[in-house]
Amino acid sequence: MGAAATYFRHLREAVVSIFDGMAVSASHLIRRPYTIQYPDRMPVRVQDTLPFRYRGILDVDLEICTGCLACDRACPIDCIAIAIEKNAATREIVISQFDIDLAKCMYCGLCSEPCPTGAIHHTTEFEGADFSLESLIRRFIAEPVVAYKAKKGAEPDVAVADLLTRGMTYVDEWAQPGSDKPAAVAAAPQAAVAPVVPVPGPGK
Amino acid sequence: MEAWLNRLMMRGVFGAHPIPVLVYASGIAIACALVLFAIALPFASIVTWVERRVWARIQSRIGPNRVGPNGFLQWLADGLKHICKEDIIPAEADPRLFKLAPYLVVLAFILPWAVMPFSSSLILADLNVGILYMTAVTALTVVGVLMAGWASNNKWSLIGGVRSAAQVVSYEIPAGLSIFPVVLMTGTLSMQGITRAQGWSPDRWFLFASPFCFAAAIILFVASLAENNRTPFDLPEAESELVAGFATEYSSMRYLFFFMAEWGNMFVSAAIIVTLYLGGWRFPHVSPSPIAMNLLEFATFNIKVLIIVFVSMWIRGTLPRVRIDQMMSLCWKYFVPIAFVNLIGTAVWVAIWPAGNPFAAWSMLAVGVLLAAFFVRRVVHFARRSRMELYFHPTI
Repeated sequence: MGAAATYFRHLREAVVSIFDGMAVSASHLIRRPYTIQYPDRMPVRVQDTLPFRYRGILDVDLEICTGCLACDRACPIDCIAIAIEKNAATREIVISQFDIDLAKCMYCGLCSEPCPTGAIHHTTEFEGADFSLESLIRRFIAEPVVAYKAKKGAEPDVAVADLLTRGMTYVDEWAQPGSDKPAAVAAAPQAAVAPVVPVPGPGK
Repeated sequence: MEAWLNRLMMRGVFGAHPIPVLVYASGIAIACALVLFAIALPFASIVTWVERRVWARIQSRIGPNRVGPNGFLQWLADGLKHICKEDIIPAEADPRLFKLAPYLVVLAFILPWAVMPFSSSLILADLNVGILYMTAVTALTVVGVLMAGWASNNKWSLIGGVRSAAQVVSYEIPAGLSIFPVVLMTGTLSMQGITRAQGWSPDRWFLFASPFCFAAAIILFVASLAENNRTPFDLPEAESELVAGFATEYSSMRYLFFFMAEWGNMFVSAAIIVTLYLGGWRFPHVSPSPIAMNLLEFATFNIKVLIIVFVSMWIRGTLPRVRIDQMMSLCWKYFVPIAFVNLIGTAVWVAIWPAGNPFAAWSMLAVGVLLAAFFVRRVVHFARRSRMELYFHPTI
């Protein structure tokens, strides 16, 4: 190939490749941006898009806590501190302290596994940033409360029925691996949120 | 403008016996200040926000959108931030040259506005050597940049400054040679004269006057990118090689001056291209009122300039930076010979058709429209193809 032919080939290649390159970037200009503007400009909160079994920050439903200390014993790093007293006369258990140190918690989920009622469970909440370690200790009890006790043979208490249903769904799913399929999730009334991929809003 | 001042003097606005020189000087000073504060500085600031948004969209991002509506006030926040920063002068630097350099760069950005033909009457000074003046004063940038690079006493700054000098001096030649075809056809160097020689319709723009003019316009555009140190020719401030090039040691307002001048020069070079090849402010005579006509012409000029500025942003979002040897070979082996061919070709063209060739103009225009249509087809093709790829690989 002669020098002149190479010269004009370079010219042609430059023009053609820049032409196509400009077309590619122009096609990006007319597309919707892919940015997800976490946290404040989301069409759906991220927490609402997470699955039911997501191991977020721990929560305790004290209304259905039996005070059995199973979670305290299961915790491998002792981030759960529970204090109970047994009332010999009424045979009730009084819980006077239920603290979870989220700074220590490693979100292993071993505490929610042995819970008989599903009172201690993970939520989909994950935004735990704070300004001091002290404030990361969640204190669930302000005044001592009487622990929940299942009545034999009777219908569960109406006041805590919803909580119990939710808790048992949570525990059952743990017990049966693979049962956290959409059908099982849909069975739980509060867990009907299907995993939704966050859709980026229009470019703002 | 002179006529308007004369009328005011006749009416005795400035007293019974005004001194004409003082009246003209103060009138021009006020007009300069108005143009600077109403057009030049807001443009140079706001265009930073526009540019960041355009790049962001090219990269499928959103861009700055937090300060003000859609991030519109981002430029104000950036400017305030720079004003509040400490003005550092390195101990080993030459303090006088170091302080002087940013002002020279800004001067090179401000001086061309004197001959900017915004509309038929809105021009500060219609010099008979307007376009020559424009190219001469914009080349002053290189003095400031080289001065900044030398005075910083830093090897990165010096390499950046010398690269800029080599680049600007080289690309002045094809840029100058691409201005001559228009001068050949019009026989004038005045900005208004060149604009008036064109018509409002695209077939009477010099862009489509002949194939040589078309090539010259493209060379002028690319050379103006190089003269403004814009991607793909931003070698003087190549971040990956030279930290920030000649601006490495600068901070605070002095740093801001360099970038204000860089972004402002986009307007200036786009205005040169619009005036020479895209019909300038020409607009059909739709209204007898001179004020309405001037406003329409002003809008026409600015819209054309903003389109050219947008294209240069778009190129910046598309093309990677060239190597220094590629940049030099592009200039000396491709642009300079082609620019000479354009010059001689235009001379022959003018000798054959002194009054222009309408048939050639219309066919050039038709070719341009076809190219644009083909381009739109390519854009749609790439948009569709990407949709398919995203369907198969949602994570890319």
